[in-house]
Amino acid sequence: MPTYVSPEKCKGCMQCVNICPSDIMHIDPVEGRAYNIEPSMCWECFACVKACPEGAIDVRGYADFAPLGHRVVPNRTPDRIYWTIRMRDGSTKEFSFPVRRGKWGSIASPANEPAPDAEAVQSQLLSFEPDYLAVEVLPTIASSAPT
Amino acid sequence: MEDGVRSAPQVVDCDVLIVGGGFAGCGAAFEARYWGRDLKIVLVEKAAIERSGAVAQGLSAINCYMGMRWGENRPEDFVKYVRNDLMGLSREDLVYDVARHVDSSVHLFEEWGLPIFTDPSGKYIREGRWQVMIHGESYKPIIAEAARAAASQVDEHVLITHLLTSADDPHRVAGAVGFSVRDGTFRVYRARVVIVAAGGASHLFRPRSAGEGWGRTWYPPWSTGSAYALLIRIGAEMTQMENRLVVTRFKDGYGPVGAFFLYLKATATNAAGENYEVARRPGLRERVGAYADATPLPTCLRNDLMFREIQEGRGPILMHTERVIDSPEKETVAWEAFLNMTVGQAVTWAAQGTDPGKDPSELILSEPYVLGSHAVCAGAWASGPADLASGEYQWGYNRMTSITGLFGAGDTIGGSAHKFSSGSFTEGRLAAKGAIRFLTDHPERPPVADAAVESMRSTIFAPLVRFLAARPKITTGSVHPELLFPDQGLHRLEKIMDEYGGGVGSNYTTNDHLLARGLAQLTHLKEDLGAIGAGDLHQLGRAWELEHRVWTAETVLRHTRFRTETRWPGYYYRSDFPKVDDEHWHCFVNSVYDPATREWKLFTRPVRALF
Ligand SMILES: Cc1cc2nc3c(=O)[nH]c(=O)nc-3n(C[C@H](O)[C@H](O)[C@H](O)COP(=O)(O)OP(=O)(O)OC[C@H]3O[C@@H](n4cnc5c(N)ncnc54)[C@H](O)[C@@H]3O)c2cc1C
Ligand SMILES: Nc1ncnc2c1ncn2[C@@H]1O[C@H](COP(=O)(O)OS(=O)(=O)O)[C@@H](O)[C@H]1O
Repeated sequence: MPTYVSPEKCKGCMQCVNICPSDIMHIDPVEGRAYNIEPSMCWECFACVKACPEGAIDVRGYADFAPLGHRVVPNRTPDRIYWTIRMRDGSTKEFSFPVRRGKWGSIASPANEPAPDAEAVQSQLLSFEPDYLAVEVLPTIASSAPT
Repeated sequence: MEDGVRSAPQVVDCDVLIVGGGFAGCGAAFEARYWGRDLKIVLVEKAAIERSGAVAQGLSAINCYMGMRWGENRPEDFVKYVRNDLMGLSREDLVYDVARHVDSSVHLFEEWGLPIFTDPSGKYIREGRWQVMIHGESYKPIIAEAARAAASQVDEHVLITHLLTSADDPHRVAGAVGFSVRDGTFRVYRARVVIVAAGGASHLFRPRSAGEGWGRTWYPPWSTGSAYALLIRIGAEMTQMENRLVVTRFKDGYGPVGAFFLYLKATATNAAGENYEVARRPGLRERVGAYADATPLPTCLRNDLMFREIQEGRGPILMHTERVIDSPEKETVAWEAFLNMTVGQAVTWAAQGTDPGKDPSELILSEPYVLGSHAVCAGAWASGPADLASGEYQWGYNRMTSITGLFGAGDTIGGSAHKFSSGSFTEGRLAAKGAIRFLTDHPERPPVADAAVESMRSTIFAPLVRFLAARPKITTGSVHPELLFPDQGLHRLEKIMDEYGGGVGSNYTTNDHLLARGLAQLTHLKEDLGAIGAGDLHQLGRAWELEHRVWTAETVLRHTRFRTETRWPGYYYRSDFPKVDDEHWHCFVNSVYDPATREWKLFTRPVRALF
């Protein structure tokens, strides 16, 4: 599936609704809680699972090929993600990986760089080049004849 | 929900409009701001850019990186690789251009905080010759942060349905229209240039998964072909739309294979334990000649070998992870590859009780997809960079389409495969710079006719109106004599494409008769699009996604019919022209739809080697 939502935990905060790339997490107008309105258009991308502040959303593998009895649960923090996997036989595996170095919100607008001149606009160089290419010049086919 | 029908449109005037906030769109926003300090740059996205597009769940590799600073590869090495992989057909100017710039994008990603695997000296750890390994769970939110810092405005949950053209010139783009899937407002963007970066297309062909698993396609279900349909419908020239992609995947969960073949160096065998890629190579050489000796073997030909192995009854094909996972570190690499990129495959392993350190996994060939950034190059015909391109490859501005002021990047642009995430972002940057140069030369603001906008408004919201009018005629449920719902139309489309266009159900095989029949069926479906009903805004979004898929699919069938050869065995087969025919077809197939006459033109363009 697709995702499903625990009614005890969901507070109807809309985080899953806002983040779902498929527009399938909606709030039930009567219950005031989120649910997956179109499980067959769910990619199991876990965006909503990761975004839910209550840990209310889980995934149960697609019914057409995934036997029951498994769980894959992420816990994403600003710099690491922790995964707990329960296999069908009940055994578990745990993994954790970094997700970002440095601070969220630290990327500056490129407008903070000195303004490029008219000649640069006409050149083939992109912003931050050639510095960020880490080679002296931008290759062109004339300059890169077979060696 | 009737807001869009009744209330005043929300009009935004801007200089640069970017449609789609995926990898290419975020790259375009960043670069446009660098060169256009005072410009109003608006990014419009149908979802939320932190998790939209093909990278919603993250990735585990950057599949396009030269490593020029370590002398690993030169752009021309990459051109040779792509040339071979696409069976000779590439816009080498565009491919070279991505290659020479892509390293600067990846170095920006690293500076922004993307964790790239490095050795103690700081050198990136390679997955394969072109790929580097990343801890990429947050790849998309990091890139989105850069785009937010750069854009004047990011409008999310707005689905773009049509491009606008100038009242003076139907070949000059003037903006776009769409609606908010949240509040139903009608959105009108009037722009001096437009960059379309709306991704590729899944669900044109019937997927292998069924029922609840319908959404388990490899490319995401929200890749709906908007990039192609928006362009095609205003008459943009398209290229290589027949070059659909079939991928080798872990069966059912559709986990990608790159980390396993390249980094872990696993091999695949048939059920008898035979390495069929080696054993069947002589037969392949007989069928396709020297293409069988390229290293690496072209992606389509690897598919072809697997396809025949399964056809001839020697399946299942097994990926022997258990033979290469000999340490906890490698076990972690295997799980991370999926947890960061295709969590559904980790779910499948857990559910089916597959322990990759102990058990092999089945492989399968997917249904076909249409995109421009993987081992495939469907998309819009675009102008190349002035120092590498000339003649019919160059008309002034890098990555401008045949429509004046309309640019594209990533999956949107054809002829240049293997861009992947980093190359798509880079192409977004290239398109933005081209667009800024265009603005410098074209100070005008193209006029938009109010009447044209009004008529688009009624077109966009028609499915809601139709539903309200027709609904009282039945009790409840989804069967109605005059209405079709979007999912019903999508099932029809997938069935047509599968059975006539060469999907999994027809062994990727088609011929002229089948294609003619398929096009006739698609004509009926196009007529029936005028009967699509939508009960709410979510359904209205699905209605427009369906419309975009149908236009994309029609173009795919027309191109497939025109190319009377089998250029990419393993992607699809023309049973009436089963050979690679270099004598007649070492060229691009291009098309133009004329919105005024509703006629299609198909023709060829030459493939020119850069060196
Ligand atoms: C499972 C998987 C694994 C992959 N693995 C790798 C890998 O390991 N390394 C790598 O480098 N690449 C990988 N790729 C490829 C990479 O994701 C793509 O090449 C890249 O995302 C293409 O960029 P794009 O901007 O063209 O499309 P996308 O990133 O898909 O962006 C398109 C955007 O347009 C928006 N949009 C679409 N239609 C509309 C509309 N009508 N109105 C408004 N907005 C719209 C979408 O919501 C989306 O945000 C993988 C892809 C998949 C699916
Ligand atoms: N057997 C192979 N030989 C050479 N390259 C391969 C092979 N399998 C995959 N690749 C390459 O590895 C990278 C990842 O490919 P995939 O796993 O197929 O796709 S992904 O984009 O979804 O990750 C791509 O650059 C692809 O071309």
